[in-house]
Amino acid sequence: MRIRSIAKPAVLCAVVLSCLSPAYAADPIKIGAIFGVTGPAAYLGAPEDRTARMVVDGINKGGGILGRQVELIVKDSGASSEKAISFAKQLIEEENVVAIIGPTTSGESMAIKDVCEKAGIPLISCASAETIVDPVAKYVFKVPQKDNYIVEWLYRTMNKLGIAKIGVIASNTGFGNGGKAQLEKYASKYGITIAISEVYDSNATDLTALLAKVNAAGVQAVVNWSIEPAQSIVAKNMRQLKMTAQLFQSHGFANIKYVQAAGEAAEGIIFPCGRLIVAGELPDSNPQKKLLAKYNADYEALYNEEASTFGGHAYDALSILKAAIESAGSTDPDKIVRAIENLRNFSGTAGIFNFSPADHNGLLMDSIVMVTVKKGKFTLYRGN
Amino acid sequence: MPLELILQYVFSGLVYGSIYAAVAIGFNIIYNATGIINFAQGEFAMLGGMTASTLAGLVPLWLAVTAAVALTAASGAAIERIFLRRVARAGVLKMIVATIGLSILIRETALLAWGESVRTLPFFSGNEVSSLSFLGAHFSPQVFWVAGSTALIMAGLTAFFKFTLMGKAMRGCSANRDGASICGIDPGRMVTIAFGMSAGIGALAGCVVAPLTQTHYAIGAELAIKGFTVAAFGGLGNSVAAVIAGLALGMLESFSTAFVPEAYKDVVTLCVLLALLFAKPTGLFGSRAASMKEY
Repeated sequence: MRIRSIAKPAVLCAVVLSCLSPAYAADPIKIGAIFGVTGPAAYLGAPEDRTARMVVDGINKGGGILGRQVELIVKDSGASSEKAISFAKQLIEEENVVAIIGPTTSGESMAIKDVCEKAGIPLISCASAETIVDPVAKYVFKVPQKDNYIVEWLYRTMNKLGIAKIGVIASNTGFGNGGKAQLEKYASKYGITIAISEVYDSNATDLTALLAKVNAAGVQAVVNWSIEPAQSIVAKNMRQLKMTAQLFQSHGFANIKYVQAAGEAAEGIIFPCGRLIVAGELPDSNPQKKLLAKYNADYEALYNEEASTFGGHAYDALSILKAAIESAGSTDPDKIVRAIENLRNFSGTAGIFNFSPADHNGLLMDSIVMVTVKKGKFTLYRGN
Repeated sequence: MPLELILQYVFSGLVYGSIYAAVAIGFNIIYNATGIINFAQGEFAMLGGMTASTLAGLVPLWLAVTAAVALTAASGAAIERIFLRRVARAGVLKMIVATIGLSILIRETALLAWGESVRTLPFFSGNEVSSLSFLGAHFSPQVFWVAGSTALIMAGLTAFFKFTLMGKAMRGCSANRDGASICGIDPGRMVTIAFGMSAGIGALAGCVVAPLTQTHYAIGAELAIKGFTVAAFGGLGNSVAAVIAGLALGMLESFSTAFVPEAYKDVVTLCVLLALLFAKPTGLFGSRAASMKEY
């Protein structure tokens, strides 16, 4: 009896609601996202999450993709590979998503590479390790610049500065170990000697002991490769130890919050990354400038915090996916993959993308610039 | 190994050792009062650091730290009154499980309140790049604040338990609950005060270390594990032992970086700890009597 008495109003409500919903015409396109919104990679994952929501809102207000609304399903992995795997399976098997963007970190991306490949669901990773797209997997793409490009930029700068003997410290994660391997691989090409190379715990909160050891090795520069808050701690600890070595960071440093956390110790840090955080300094002729300025302004207006390159990765992943679905005219995974591989001169926040079946990253060395910290702000590094 | 490097490891170990000791002292106060291990202990350090970092933007630093310690102490006492007292009758084991639940609750609440951002406090003296030198080793002036506040906590507590009426009453409760009750001491009140003190001490530790290590909503769990390790290492219930054990663990961690990658320092320290506990299950200075508490 009871069921019957609520059945009628319930049906009525459902009918009214579905008439009000703009998506009534067609099912929404479901896109999955796995970001490390909390946990050690939160400075990357949280802006990615916010950006993705902002972009999807924009797409839906503009009429959606192929006339269908987009439904974004975000999972917070806390930068854990185990969670990323189970979320990927959940998104694919239960939510039937068209594609997955993210994960935030290289470790997670490598962990779910196979899952997406076996399921035949396109994955556009927001992490940087070269191994995500090398060897190429049919369904796996990534939008940040490859870590080997970053390494070559670092070494070029060191050559110019006459630095030949360095110490490498990296967090014990997929990102850290990937970067450390690339640094070791390319060192001889640029005549650089790595005097000491160590990994530290990704949750490390004090690195004076490790840095004292690095300092004792007599290095001219320290390269720190991590995405965690340890990046600020390294900077502070080096100054507290009165180390004179130049500190280089990876592109994982491109969030102004790391600079704020390091305070005065951040001054003079040099690192390579995409142009987003120095968009204001680009010449008007730069093809990315308009897009970068718009993204920065939109993000800052909506969330009241400075944009970072990481949020940009989520922006790129979604806009590439949108362009691919539109040019394929379908949400069929194989057609999406083919459409991404055919994208040429696609302007994103990380650079100008030119994908191909052999290149699932689509960015070249020139997508990177050297940036330094001056008076608590990021600015283009122009040499000494 | 050159002298400067050895000294450098010592200073590094001193910072960590002091923090572990402060958290372990918090464990001990509550253990003495109730016989339970409060796994939410690390969250107090997190709450202290986070509250102070929020207040530091509004009021002078000393006031922010004082207020953070007071607020955290009050919430520690409130947590005992609101949650733990209700499960007290169910036994020590269930109370311990309840503290694990509480730690998760506090952490998630902090995530909602403060977000996922990492925060810092201004350095108490100098700034990020200030450095003092001693025989060729260099360290931040904050190291003094960290080590000094732990020393102060230890001395203050020793005096409190030895000379004040309330300290004696708390010891009485700890030695014999029923006997203390008969003498007119309210054991429930003593337990509430113990939680308040322990939370305040945790908060102070969280504040003094925040400029060096930074703080965010999730630092509590690791501190709780390290603090508990130190408390067990020294012998549960003994605050002086906690300081000695804390410094020993801190030194062990920092010197281990000389021989194995930093990423594996926890492995080294846990191996040493396990070996010690196999050899002497009551900890360095613990006694069998102290490890057999009942609420």
